[in-house]
Amino acid sequence: MAQHESNTKLIWQVFGFLSLVTIIEVILGIIKPHGLHYTNFLGTSLLNWIFIILTIVKAAGIMWYFMHMNHERKNFVNSIIIPLVILIPYLVTLLLIEGSYIHDTLAPFINWKY
Amino acid sequence: MKATTADQNTNVWEGGATRPMGASYGKMMMWFFILSDALTFAGFLAAYGFTRYKFIDIWPIADEVFTHFPFFHGTYPMYYVALMTFILIFSSVTMVLAVDAGHQMKKNKVITYMFLTIIGGLVFVGSQAWEWKNFIKGEFGAVQLNDGKIIQFVNHDGKQIALEDFATPDNAVIEHTRENGLWFEKGETTYEYTTAGIIEAFKHNPEVGIRLEKINPETKQKIVILNKEEALRFLEHSSRVVRGANLEVNEYGSSQFADFFFFITGFHGFHVCSGILLNIIIFINVLLGTYERRGHYEMVEKVGLYWHFVDLVWVFVFTFFYLV
Repeated sequence: MAQHESNTKLIWQVFGFLSLVTIIEVILGIIKPHGLHYTNFLGTSLLNWIFIILTIVKAAGIMWYFMHMNHERKNFVNSIIIPLVILIPYLVTLLLIEGSYIHDTLAPFINWKY
Repeated sequence: MKATTADQNTNVWEGGATRPMGASYGKMMMWFFILSDALTFAGFLAAYGFTRYKFIDIWPIADEVFTHFPFFHGTYPMYYVALMTFILIFSSVTMVLAVDAGHQMKKNKVITYMFLTIIGGLVFVGSQAWEWKNFIKGEFGAVQLNDGKIIQFVNHDGKQIALEDFATPDNAVIEHTRENGLWFEKGETTYEYTTAGIIEAFKHNPEVGIRLEKINPETKQKIVILNKEEALRFLEHSSRVVRGANLEVNEYGSSQFADFFFFITGFHGFHVCSGILLNIIIFINVLLGTYERRGHYEMVEKVGLYWHFVDLVWVFVFTFFYLV
């Protein structure tokens, strides 16, 4: 194995970035800005979309820099990423659509008047 | 071709010299294991999403469930899990620093960073246990109706209050001694409060109202009923007192919320525990100088991959259980 350069500086930069994203998430989660929280876009609020996007950014940061995907060959990276990118959104989309369908069908039958 | 066969015979454990995608056999298999495990977690979280959408109008609000912080009284939503996230990200950083030191064959640095990683993992598992403890113990208590709905109690501002804030314990728990004690008896969980006692206290306390599981879509808050008569019509159907959370019922609302919480965070916690165990094994090998003799620290890198994956999963669990 070849002698590698030390990447310590990059590692701390990535840590700073991940911490920053987490702090933004927590601040947004605590204040819940009115203009984002009380909206609806593709089944959930814009605030939730921001959380999901920031989470994916964090996950990509961890995979790319901490798990050294940036050092792997492209076909190997693709063999990991492509199944995830295809299968997970596929499953999630179907299940969430079905879940809201079941809700729309069953919720009217729940009695809230006593 | 000749080289391939020869290498496969002499160096089977390493997968031979053929490196199909430029990665060693062990590293590639660790990645494919991570891929399958990621799909497993995705399946669990998708099932959580399915159930949440199914009960979208009655799902507990995470900010009202996880509100504890060690050594502080009061409600502090988010801070504790944010801290746990930092602990896990930080242990990921020390792990990647250990891998980095391994690349440069600096044994002592690898030892220090791997040790810190193990400590970080243990602190995280401990934090998770504390979170579970608070969730299981519960804070306010509630009443379950005959049809399974959970009714919580609020003061006139609509802020949730505990049973002991307005009701008096009327179901004394008998403390068994050596004289009258039983070693074990199967039966219903008993609470200090009875539904009859709570309804009575509710009638005589003008300040207390109830809160339904149902979320008002306009305000995204649970519906509060302060009108006594209306509230009593709900409470007439009380079946039992609920405190804390278990797999069957929980005071925060839908029982499936607790089921998913225990299952997914539990499965993640199990991954963290096995990660710690793997880290300890590799740590001992580093101490013994195994990788120094082998000439490379790739094992640290492989176990590091698993450790980062555990962090990766937590990032998603954090988002879907606490933020969204």
